[in-house]
This record gives sequence, structure tokens and C-alpha cells, in this order.
Amino acid sequence: MIQIENLHKSYKMGSNSLHVLKGINFSVKEGELVAIMGSSGSGKSTLLNILGMLDELDEGSYDLDGVPIKNLNETKAANYRNKFLGFVFQSFNLINYKNAMENVALPLYYQRVGRKERQEKALKYLDQVGLKEWADHLPSELSGGQKQRVAIARAMAAEPKVLLADEPTGALDSTTSYEVMDLIQKINDQGNTILIVTHEEDIAHMCKRIVHLKDGVILEDKKVDQVRADQYVQ
Amino acid sequence: MFSRDIWKEIFEAIQKNKLRTFLTGFTVALGIFIFVTLFGMGNGLNNTFMKFFGNDATNIFRIYPSTTTIPYGGYKAKRQIEFKNDDLDDIFKEFGPLVQYLTPRIRRGGVVTYKDKSDNYATYGVGPGMQFAEKTIIMKGRYINSMDVREKSKYAVIGRMVEKDIFKGEDALGKYIDVAGSAFRVIGVFQDDGGDNEERNIFIPFTTRQLIEGNNDRVDQITLAFNESIGYSGAMRFQKQLDRYIRKKKLISPQDPRGIFIENVADNLKRNQDFAAVLKIIISGIAFAVIISGIIGISNIMVFVVKERTKEIGIRKAMGATPRTITSTILLESVFITAIFGFIGMILGIVVLNFIQGKTLEDDYFITKPAIDSGMAIFVTILLVICGTLAAYVPARKAAKIKPIVALRDE
Repeated sequence: MIQIENLHKSYKMGSNSLHVLKGINFSVKEGELVAIMGSSGSGKSTLLNILGMLDELDEGSYDLDGVPIKNLNETKAANYRNKFLGFVFQSFNLINYKNAMENVALPLYYQRVGRKERQEKALKYLDQVGLKEWADHLPSELSGGQKQRVAIARAMAAEPKVLLADEPTGALDSTTSYEVMDLIQKINDQGNTILIVTHEEDIAHMCKRIVHLKDGVILEDKKVDQVRADQYVQ
Repeated sequence: MFSRDIWKEIFEAIQKNKLRTFLTGFTVALGIFIFVTLFGMGNGLNNTFMKFFGNDATNIFRIYPSTTTIPYGGYKAKRQIEFKNDDLDDIFKEFGPLVQYLTPRIRRGGVVTYKDKSDNYATYGVGPGMQFAEKTIIMKGRYINSMDVREKSKYAVIGRMVEKDIFKGEDALGKYIDVAGSAFRVIGVFQDDGGDNEERNIFIPFTTRQLIEGNNDRVDQITLAFNESIGYSGAMRFQKQLDRYIRKKKLISPQDPRGIFIENVADNLKRNQDFAAVLKIIISGIAFAVIISGIIGISNIMVFVVKERTKEIGIRKAMGATPRTITSTILLESVFITAIFGFIGMILGIVVLNFIQGKTLEDDYFITKPAIDSGMAIFVTILLVICGTLAAYVPARKAAKIKPIVALRDE
């Protein structure tokens, strides 16, 4: 599904440049649930941003579902993001004047799905994250966990090839974190490919594979026995 | 681009961001409103100027005699110049082809009586030409003609208000009124666009007036209409020639600032029109400055709006919005708001112009029928919409180009 070879990325900081990713080789198969771990500054978020086409690579190659991701203009990048990727952010990033259902329907709007179908699909995915009754609530009326579940529903609504989550539990307490992870595991069980950036060990162990990043290189890439989150959820 | 979905997004954004919408809309509406009212007032001022002169003919010289201040030709200073009937004949002989008509005027005030009703009116001894000079409109009967002048007939043409005041609704035609002890037969009733006061005048043949006053041949003032075909510069030249001719005939020093005075209505009109035009240019300038400041206002608000929405734009881009969709949504929103509120401002301005027009404004501020032609109002509204859109385009384009990663980092 994802194929990365010899990936380099540096940022210009004034006169000196900061080499963030120093030759990453990495691939993800369909249906995997991968945690990308590392301390801050290890380059894990940069990696995720490049995977998400939110940022461009300097050197190396990146294939997504057999499509080379290279020299994309903004419009093309937008179309690929829309077609291939779903995003979950640490700070949820819901549009505050749209209710839960409208937020979930947003990627479908950019896929030019008709209004009625959009609403049906949005409600279906809201139901999957257990928030159907909250469809017409604004983000400000939802708790942190609920917001993240709406965000996950939104990411899933477009039926992406890969779901990218940047510290999805970073702003949540541990009980809520496990609820969210439980949801992510269930989505993975359905065969969806998911990448999670996290710095929390327990969250990482709820994935099936952990990639350790340090100073821009992969330190360790291992399969782990998945800890199911539902045992912590009442 | 004009799908129902885009409009739904726009309406939603407008509805959910009322303060922002209001601020933008208010700037636009206020700009257009001020423009329309200012421009309308400018037109109103212009109308007043036109009105002052519109009710009299403009191809007119009025020649007034006065006292000399410089001794000349054997005469001492402080000599009162007088015009006589033969002066008119001489002027006509000298300048015949340039003259359309020539009429003397002898003004007298006095009591005018019909039966038991009487009042004070100005009575003018005139020739037939005066009808054209004053643009007098005959309602019934006729004006003084040359036969009346020759025969020194005791005929009077009275104003509409005179008939109304002393005839009390009776038909004045053929009735006799008493003017300074003589009975005059009313042969005509007139109206005048100059207003009620001009309709409280009475015209009689100037020869009749001279007859009453001891059969003299004195004339107060001479009114001369020149052929309009000589044009403005021709009129200015004619005025100089006429001045020279009369001074020579009446032995007045060419250097004497007094002695005679020729009032050139065409010149007055032109000066006033020039003044009104300058005034209008200034007012239009201010009005356009208001529009420009409105445009700058919108630009500022749009920069702020886009900045405020940076994060939202980042989210939308992460969800797959293309730069084009982002730009067009922001632009359509801006066009929609400026168009609606511009229209509101325009209508308000027109309503206010209609509301304030009236006697007070006319008499105290010299603004008559303030109005803006709708083409101008619509042009300016569209101008503001276009400029507002251009002003929105730059920040919108910039926002659409922001990498979503940068927009999302903006916490």
C-alpha cells in the first residue's frame, strides 16, 4: 500500500537547514495498523505529513497504492488526499460552525457526492462511532472524545485507502484514549490500513507494528502482539 | 461553480459568521449610501443654479443708466444719465442684425384696485419683446403688442396671482382695473415659472406709462435680446461694442466705471454654470473618495476574514478541497455580500434623497430635487462589487496556496 525509499527531508531555518528525515525506507501493506513512535524532534510528524501529502519530500520516492507521489501541484495533491487519505488530528480540527454530521460530510462534498447521499453516508459513519444521536450538535457541544470520534468518522467517510492519525489521543485522558483506540482497532479489523503517530507506549502497543524513529532514521521496526483496547473500556 | 452546494456553503458561512458579514456589508452599504446622497446633493445644487436662470431668456442684455463719476465732454461728474425712446431706435439702427428684439422697461410700484379690492403691485411699462425676455406664458387673452404701444392704449396684462388676489376667482379679462388713478382694461393673464412673486406683476405699454407721466419719453432701462446665433464670444463682443456706442452717444468717459451698466445674462449664466460645474466636480471627487475608502475598508476586512479562516481552509484542504474551490468560495461569498449590501446602500441613499427633498432644503441650502440617475448609482455599486472582489482575490488566492500543514499548525 505504502512504499517509501530513501526519503530525505530538511527544513530551512534561516541560514542553516535542519535535516529532519535522513533516508527512510519503509513500507506498509494493506490492513496493517502501524504506530510510528519517537520523541519530539525525531521526525515522526514530518514523516506523517509527507505520507499525507501535506508536505513535500526532498529526495527519495513515495508510492501510494501504486501511484508515485511526486511533483504534485496543489490541485492534484488535493484530489489525491481526497481519494486516498483520511486524517485524524490531535486537535480534532473540526469546523466549529458546522454540526457533527456536516463535518463528517465535508470530504464527501469535495468528492462531489450528492447532498442526500452525503447525509446518509455521514449518518452511517457517525453511527459507527456511536454518535448518531449527536449528529446535529456543534463541536463546542461535544466532549474531547466525542470530537475525536467525529473526526474519525469524517476521516472514514471518504472511504480512504489509508487512515493517518497524528497523536489522535494526545489531547485526551487515558479512559477516552482507550475508547478512541478501541474504535481505531475495530476500523482496522474491517481491513483498513491505519498509521498512527504517537509517543505513548501503551497506545503504540495497541497497534500491530511499531516503527521507532530517532533523529530522522528508523531505529527499530518490529511486529508486536496487539493489546486490545476494549478490555479497558467499560 | 454555481452549484447549489457552493451556495449552501456560502449561506452557511454567512449565517454562522454574522458579525463578520455585518461588518463587511456595513462598510459597503455605507460607502454606496454616502456616495449616492452626496452625488444627489451635488446634482441638487446644480438644479438650483439652472432654476435661477432657467425661467428667463439667457440671450439678454439689460442696460441700466446711472450717474457719472468722471467729468467728460464738457459735462461735470455726477450727471444722471437718462435713456429716451430715441435711444432704442438708434441702438436698433446701429446693431439691427445682431438684435432680436429691444424693449424698454419703466418700473413703478403702486396700488391697483378692482371694485373694492386693492393691493400693491409692481407695474412695468414694456414693449412686446418683454414677453420673450421674461419667458412670460400667456394663460388667456394676449400680451402687449406694437399697436398698443403706438396707440398708447390703456391695456394691462396681469399676473395669475393678481387675478387670484383681487378678482377673487372672477374672470379678469375685459374688466377694468385702476392703476394710479387711470382705468386699464385687462387684456391678458399670464403665468411665470419664476414663482408667485413674478406672477404678482402687471405689464402695460411703456408709451401709456409715459403718457400718464406728462407725455415724456424717458425710459428706466433697456432690455435687449441678441441673436443667439452669435454665440457666447459674439455676445461678449457685442456687449463691448454696445457699451462703447452708448458711452459715445451719451458722452460718458470710456474710463468711467459708472454712467451705464450692461448686465449680460448669458455671461452671468456661464459664470454660474462654471461655478456649479466646479462645485459638482468637487462633490463628485469627495463621493469617489468615499467609494475608494470603502474599497480599502473591504480589502482590510477580507484580509482579516481570510486570516481568521486560515485554519478552516487548512482543514478543508486536508479533506481534499482544491485551491480553486477555496478561492471561488471566498470570492463568491464576497461578491454576494458586497452586491446585496451595495444594493441596500443604494436604495437607502435614493430613499433618503427623496425624503429630504422639499422646500426647506431648497430655500435654506439651495438644493433642488437632489437625485442621482440610476445608471450612475448602479455603475458605482458594480464598481464597488468588482473592486471588493479584486480586494478579496489577493488574500483568497494566498490562503488557497497555503500548505495545509502550515494552516493546521496555526493553533
